Amino acid sequence: MKQATLLWIPALPLIGAAFNLLFGRFLSRRTVHLVAVAAVAASFFYAAYLVGGPLWEAFKAWRGQKTEVMDGLYQHVYTWIEVGSFKVDLAFRMDTLSALMVLVVTFVGSLIHIYSTGYMSEEPRYAAYFGYLNLFTGAMLILVLGNNLPVMFIGWEGVGLCSYLLIGFWFTEEAFAYAGRKAFIVNRIGDFGFLLGICLLFYATGTLDIYSPNADHPSLMSESSVAAYRETFFGGERLALFAGILLFIGACGKSAQIPLYVWLPDAMAGPTPVSALIHAATMVTAGVYMVARMSFLYAHSTTAMAIVAGVGALTALMAAIMAFAQTDLKRVLAYSTVSQLGFMFVGVGVGAYTAGIFHLMTHAFFKAGLFLAAGSVMHAMSGSGDITKMGGLKKYLPQTHICFLIYCLAIAGIVPFAGFFSKDEILIGAFGTEAQGWFPMYGKVLWILLSLAALGTAFYMFRLYYLVFSGENRSDPETRGHIHESPLSMTGPLIVLAIGTLVVGFLGLPHLTFVQKYVPNFLAEWLEPSLVDFGRPSLEGSIHQAHASDVGLLTLMGIALGIGVVGILLASALYSKGPSSVVARFTAGAGAEIYRLAKNKFYVDELYDKIIVRPFRWIALGVFEVIDRFLIDWVLVEGSAFVVDLFGRITRWFQNGQVQRYMVGLVLGGALILFFATRPDADFDWQQVDTLTVQFEADVGKGPGSNGAEVSFDFDDDGTADFTATWKKGDPPVVTTWSFSRPGEHDVSMTLKDAVFKKTGTVEKTVVVEEASGHGEAAAVEKAATTDESARTPVGAGGAQ
Amino acid sequence: MSPASYLLLAVLALPLIGAILIMFVPREEKELARGIGLGVSLLTFVVSLGILGPFDGRIASTQLVFDKEWIPILGTHFKIGVDGISIWLVMLTTFLTPVVLLSAHRAVEDRVREFVAINLLLEVAMVGAFVALDLFLFYVFWELMLIPMYLLIGMWGGQRRVYASIKFVIYTMVGSLLMLATIFYLYAKYGAVTGEYTTDLDKLTTLVLPQRAQVWCFVAFALAFAIKVPMFPFHTWLPDAHVEAPTAGSVILAGVLLKFGVYGFMRFAMPLFPYGAAVAAPWIAIIGVAGIVYGALTAFVQDDVKKLVAYSSVSHLGFCMLGLVALTPQAIEGSIYTMLSHGLTTGGLFLAIGVLYERRHTRRMAEFGGLWAQMPVFSALFLLCVLGSAGLPGLSGFIGEFLTIFGTFISGGSHFPEGWPSFIPFPKLLATAAATGVILGAVYLLYMFQKVMFGPLSNERNKNLPDVSWREIAVFLPVVALIFALGLFPRPFLRVTENTVDRFISDYKSRLAEEDGPPHLRGQPPPEEGAAAGDEAKAGEPAADAKAAEEPKAAEQPTAPPSAAPPSAAPPAAQPATPTPAPPAPAPAPSAAPPPGGQP
Repeated sequence: MKQATLLWIPALPLIGAAFNLLFGRFLSRRTVHLVAVAAVAASFFYAAYLVGGPLWEAFKAWRGQKTEVMDGLYQHVYTWIEVGSFKVDLAFRMDTLSALMVLVVTFVGSLIHIYSTGYMSEEPRYAAYFGYLNLFTGAMLILVLGNNLPVMFIGWEGVGLCSYLLIGFWFTEEAFAYAGRKAFIVNRIGDFGFLLGICLLFYATGTLDIYSPNADHPSLMSESSVAAYRETFFGGERLALFAGILLFIGACGKSAQIPLYVWLPDAMAGPTPVSALIHAATMVTAGVYMVARMSFLYAHSTTAMAIVAGVGALTALMAAIMAFAQTDLKRVLAYSTVSQLGFMFVGVGVGAYTAGIFHLMTHAFFKAGLFLAAGSVMHAMSGSGDITKMGGLKKYLPQTHICFLIYCLAIAGIVPFAGFFSKDEILIGAFGTEAQGWFPMYGKVLWILLSLAALGTAFYMFRLYYLVFSGENRSDPETRGHIHESPLSMTGPLIVLAIGTLVVGFLGLPHLTFVQKYVPNFLAEWLEPSLVDFGRPSLEGSIHQAHASDVGLLTLMGIALGIGVVGILLASALYSKGPSSVVARFTAGAGAEIYRLAKNKFYVDELYDKIIVRPFRWIALGVFEVIDRFLIDWVLVEGSAFVVDLFGRITRWFQNGQVQRYMVGLVLGGALILFFATRPDADFDWQQVDTLTVQFEADVGKGPGSNGAEVSFDFDDDGTADFTATWKKGDPPVVTTWSFSRPGEHDVSMTLKDAVFKKTGTVEKTVVVEEASGHGEAAAVEKAATTDESARTPVGAGGAQ
Repeated sequence: MSPASYLLLAVLALPLIGAILIMFVPREEKELARGIGLGVSLLTFVVSLGILGPFDGRIASTQLVFDKEWIPILGTHFKIGVDGISIWLVMLTTFLTPVVLLSAHRAVEDRVREFVAINLLLEVAMVGAFVALDLFLFYVFWELMLIPMYLLIGMWGGQRRVYASIKFVIYTMVGSLLMLATIFYLYAKYGAVTGEYTTDLDKLTTLVLPQRAQVWCFVAFALAFAIKVPMFPFHTWLPDAHVEAPTAGSVILAGVLLKFGVYGFMRFAMPLFPYGAAVAAPWIAIIGVAGIVYGALTAFVQDDVKKLVAYSSVSHLGFCMLGLVALTPQAIEGSIYTMLSHGLTTGGLFLAIGVLYERRHTRRMAEFGGLWAQMPVFSALFLLCVLGSAGLPGLSGFIGEFLTIFGTFISGGSHFPEGWPSFIPFPKLLATAAATGVILGAVYLLYMFQKVMFGPLSNERNKNLPDVSWREIAVFLPVVALIFALGLFPRPFLRVTENTVDRFISDYKSRLAEEDGPPHLRGQPPPEEGAAAGDEAKAGEPAADAKAAEEPKAAEQPTAPPSAAPPSAAPPAAQPATPTPAPPAPAPAPSAAPPPGGQP
């Protein structure tokens, strides 16, 4: 492990951002853009110094042995979060993969900063713009260099924030502000998956570090973690599948894949250099980078990789179709970005990681170039991006035109431009893929989808090229009068990127034996220590590619090239002199339906609006109005308050200060008391003492009878008293016995007449008399007790009459 | 009592002295009253920072304890102290008080003297309730808090201030009455078992109540705290109180007062009635998650900015409750961290709304739009509070939410509801549902931000709004600085809390492992069934009159129960020394150090 102050790489742009955002408004434009450009450029040069020096040494050393994980450069800045066993270091690591990304981000980023000084020169919020641009670069570098998933997540969300701010940069347009918000929220949906993926990985492995400098401490790459990925987690599937899918949801959001791609076309609301930097060259590639970074995880789930590749292929084709019918310059490029990102995902999804990253890199050059050139065109066209109003710009914008043509050839996959090499590697990778457990033609299906997408790409890119640069100019005279080539600050970056597009392809020459003998595929070797097995025994059960012969490779390359040429020729036939009548007939007649669908982006935005956005609002509104306002606040809270209030109102009626009403209450109350107080509550107990003989005990109760009473029993239910006694206070209870004539149930009543009020009360009970039985008293008593319970009747008003 | 414990007492006493002092300021001397208020509250903050010096984060128990007998006949003590949990909440209180006093400089022009004094009194009550280590003392501070807040809303509030303030007070009182009854019950039971009548929290936590009684007692406490949190569905007082309260009231209400709910669960309800807490835990978790989603949904459809932020509090506090019952160190720290962060970010949001309200006297989103162009500095400050609240990594909100979701996700299945099919991972589902709060938070906050700040500056009355003044920047700056500091350097905060949280968990688990039976002390076997058959029957209802029934028995049955032959317990050294994360095994953790024996 080599220590290096990697912190400076993201810190320089961040410092620039802080400076411009805090003080920029007080400073001149010159100072603002000097600081901003210097910050990013310094970051690039510092990174280049680290890559060329210490990292190169480490790489050479690793190539000598190829056994362990390559150490690369590492810096532990400080411990960010630590709770119990859960520890997140703010640590950065530069290996060959992240080094490549850092160089691309800072190099393309510097060019775009320079370009912006020209493009945005009229902007009143100049300092804020450069502040955000710096902030974005810093966040992206944190994402790339972060050595653990939470630190990556800082950058991951940070770029989302900058995207939000920059898409909505001209926020006075409601639609632009909305586009910014849409981007942030769709990204957040992805981040939700990413966050849960982080949780799941820690749950399984106990660490979140991608690389651990300390051999005792495990990392996500350690053998123990790999063993955890292969364990069955849920429903018989490996943990790697679930973790892989969760992280891929994050990647879908960031890299605009189905179903979360919808934000990217709208993101074109931002200034054009922003589209070039964020929505083409860097931020959107974060998902691809992440999958490649986590290749050691994806390698353990064929299904996860198949999903990544499948989604990528579908996105590539679908976005390509959508691009056919767009009439806005930037929108065509936006869908083309979505489509190209799909290619990259197929690359990393079939295990051709080098190819995916290679395409990421070449795409960064030509797509940034395309956007910047588009900016240059729009600059010339007074800000309009409507390609139906362009045409013939070849002669007005010669430099932009040449550069644009080079980029178009690159993206169409024409040899020897960069796109040819990288796209070809992906296609070859897909063609040779054998995915265990998936249908045998899986790789071929991917290849067909991608080839169709490639055909589409060549076609729509050259449709764009012809509509903008050739034929007659279709704009109104006033705009035409203003057409001019852009200043050097803008064309300069275009030329540099065009040169880059010509050069970078040669970093990854095809794996043909006769080529490799003389010029090895540098990129593959460079990335080898950062991808998949790091020299460990290759992984059983995952996706791998069959090795094709030179002839096979050449055939595939020939087909790919042919597809590109066909696409270009088709576009040239239809659009080289402006939109031909064939196109007009087709879109009006046979292809009207398809054209309408493609033009309206398959109505996906409308669909999401119908099934997600609107229902969400309705549900929220329903929850608020029905549950919150009505049920909880009105029925329960106000309701209980109302009950208390009602009770208060009723009692208040008695307390209104009228003496008469008080008197009524007094009298009524007194009467009630008198009534209940004078009610005799007579009762008696009984117990069988002998054959047919029962003993009765009178209970005078606590009523007025307790002061003395006349007690009489009627044992035979004939209405006349059979026994009468007078009881005075202090006497023992009245006890008598009665012999019944037969066993069975008898109704016995007792009447009590108190000595004070002379009121009578009667209680009647059913007495069960048993024949003399040997097993005697206990049973009888028990029975009696229960009967007593059931027979007890309230004395009630009847007795008082 | 170390000399340092007087420092803590000073934090309580200073604002009180200040409040009294201000009462002698002549009515017209508004600036003097404001000056004294700000000075005193700043001084209090500085003194409270001084607590960090003698406070030792490595010690898990309460520190700087100040203990004086208070009402001897009741056995109540004036006992205060701080531990790793309460220390940050005290800081938050002392930090926010000067901030709101400064923010109200313009907003409050009538009865300034009273306003300042009431705010200082509120500070006393809040700090008091955070540091009280005696149940009775806590209850006094708890109720004392209501009065200044009631006055703040009722005197300086908006149109429906009377309705809102009464709703606030009655809601809270309903909950706290049941709590008071339960305190009496606990007091009586403890007295019956030990012969010593006291409300000292440390002593009361050694009492083990019958499990059925614990459930009821927990419910009574939980109601009081759930209303304060406020947990869905006891939250409807909050939007009303917030909307009607003046900015200062809203900031304190959201920033500090709501924290007492979660803090109450942590400090009182869970340690005192662990079994009750364990029974309720799955439901608290579910309600917490429901609150996260519910708060977010309802926030989304508000037109009043303040109401939106009020509902967002329901959502954020749902995270706190979820983290608390997940019972992993990460989740509980996340819960505490979310409280701190919520205090700052939501406080900041309310301050921002206050700035708008002072200028426009409306809070309806439809009235604004495009303000960024007019007020760029304000917009930046506002945006930082919004992003902090939405949990952007690098700002404070993220740490709390992330730790909570994370801690819940990795927690074992100890809080599965009964009858839950074990193959469905309950904690992971909870964490997933809670994580949707991350999306929803962005949805409603950015929606609000767009409506207020973006779009064309179309409303005529917004075209001349001045940007924030230096005074207002001075109000925002410390808040925003802390939002950054908490997001970038959470470790110092977490480290102070860590040991206390670990101890909280291990204590809770060892208490939970206590044998069921009639009331007894921890670590001792419950008394024979027959001996206490009477109170077993009664154990269901928390009743104050139980005291009378128990008293004679207590005399003949002192601290140790009869037939006290500790049942074949292993010697302490042989007990497992690691607290197991998953199901609450009957293994007392080392730091808890309960007396040996008493193992079921």
